[in-house]
Amino acid sequence: MIGLSADTNANEIAGFGSDPWWIIAIKVVAIFVLLILLTLFNIVFERKVVARMQHRLGPNRTGPKGWLQSLADGTKLMFKEDIIPKAADKVVYVLAPIVALVPSFLILAVIPMGPEVSIFGTETRLQLTDLPVAVLFTLAIASVGVYGLMLAGWSSGSTYPLLGGLRSTAQVISYELVMGLSFVGVFLFAGTMSTSGIVAEQERLWYGIILLPSFLIYLISMVGETNRAPFDLPEAEGELVAGWGTEYSSFKYAMFFQAEYFNMVNVSAIATTLFLGGWRAPWPISAINDGMFNTGWWPLLWFLGKVVLLIFIFIWLRGTLPRLRYDQFMHFCWKVLLPISLVWIVAVAGMRLAFNEGLERNQILLYGGIVVAVLLIGSLLIPEKKTPAEPEPEEREFDAFAGGHPVPPMPGQEFVAARIPAATTQTDDRTEESSRA
Amino acid sequence: MNAYAPILGLILLAAVFAVGSVAFSVVAGPKRFNRARLDSYECGIEPTPQPVGGGRFPVKYYLTAMTFIIFDIEIIFLYPWAVRFDHLGVFGFVAMVTFIFLITVPFIYEWRRGGLDWD
Repeated sequence: MIGLSADTNANEIAGFGSDPWWIIAIKVVAIFVLLILLTLFNIVFERKVVARMQHRLGPNRTGPKGWLQSLADGTKLMFKEDIIPKAADKVVYVLAPIVALVPSFLILAVIPMGPEVSIFGTETRLQLTDLPVAVLFTLAIASVGVYGLMLAGWSSGSTYPLLGGLRSTAQVISYELVMGLSFVGVFLFAGTMSTSGIVAEQERLWYGIILLPSFLIYLISMVGETNRAPFDLPEAEGELVAGWGTEYSSFKYAMFFQAEYFNMVNVSAIATTLFLGGWRAPWPISAINDGMFNTGWWPLLWFLGKVVLLIFIFIWLRGTLPRLRYDQFMHFCWKVLLPISLVWIVAVAGMRLAFNEGLERNQILLYGGIVVAVLLIGSLLIPEKKTPAEPEPEEREFDAFAGGHPVPPMPGQEFVAARIPAATTQTDDRTEESSRA
Repeated sequence: MNAYAPILGLILLAAVFAVGSVAFSVVAGPKRFNRARLDSYECGIEPTPQPVGGGRFPVKYYLTAMTFIIFDIEIIFLYPWAVRFDHLGVFGFVAMVTFIFLITVPFIYEWRRGGLDWD
């Protein structure tokens, strides 16, 4: 085997798996509380920011300056009637929100939030656990979450949820591909899939800067992955009422939205870890006093700051952009993002290889050019699907009242004023007479 | 302790929270029977009868799912390759470019034949 000699037995990352049980318990509860608090904050934050963008005030009554609004909403939903529709598959219908919610708690388990700190005199890292395949773990958990939405749509026994569930499934798996491909560049540079290892490798330079295309592709796909505007087609109010959530009420409904907001935090945390240097302070601050702000509890502040910044980008997109049409949205994933990701991976790998092997620039350009040319010529050889010619409409004259009620003319049809029934003309005459009188 | 053990703890806490909140809302909410409320939502009109066995939906979703599987497998091969890239040298690069090329040919074929069009 090539190159697998270094750490074949390393099933565990150094510094993890040795915490006493009570430290683990504290961290588990801390992640749970952090997620819930961040979500309560994010919902009000989103409403306030969107309100500002639309020149409104936003929630400002419940609690100090309206910051308890989301807590009040959640409590209200808890005391609402829990409806299980007649047509629903009852077991799956109750299970779906649980399946959606539980995985969304798990991703923060492998996200590093800081270096070693001391909790009650015990040295430990600000990270619940780390795995040699931590990033793969986050992807796996994210895909389990999709089942929640799909099952919710299917089990409701109604048209709108089914359509919403289907859309959600197709959308999330498509954007998950692109998300997965955007990680490859990071692994290429970091040489590890453990999250703490990736953060350690970014001490000099953030991967968001050297792998800018990967970062941009990830930013787009994370919006698609979490079903957020402008990619919120599974719950497009104008088309599908509320998508997969149409038949849900009470706290089950709230659980889907909890899952959605948890997932926003999760993808932002992954973006922070993989592309924005994790818990490290941004450059001017990190240079102060010989890296004082990169030790102790300070990094938690930078980590949360970066996450909230990304959440703000989510909200900004929602406040600015209109929703896409579904076909355009799928085209964008399969025909734009996916080819770009593949080409970018080959390009990054090629550059990395050339750097490792010490090749000259001309040779790199030559080999790269050959590959691109072969691909382009190959794509031209495949015959395009023939679209059948549109049949010429036989009847060019158009009777707006043929079906009993008025309809607008189709393209190619001519509107004939003479065909308008007598009743309409009579009314017109009468109004003319009355105006004359 | 195993590195995966803390995740089990988090799963347990999350599951207790999720099941607990479903149960709590069932207990705490009011229960007033209303026949119309239990019907499927369809903008206030009588619900359309659902076809037996779930009915049919567009074949595009199957195509998307199948293409997804192909590329997901490609990603699974890409990850260990990317992690060990510096140790694999030219051989690893050529092998992976060949693999990506082999996947790309059917992808372009599907694209040009209209398999990715939503009409």
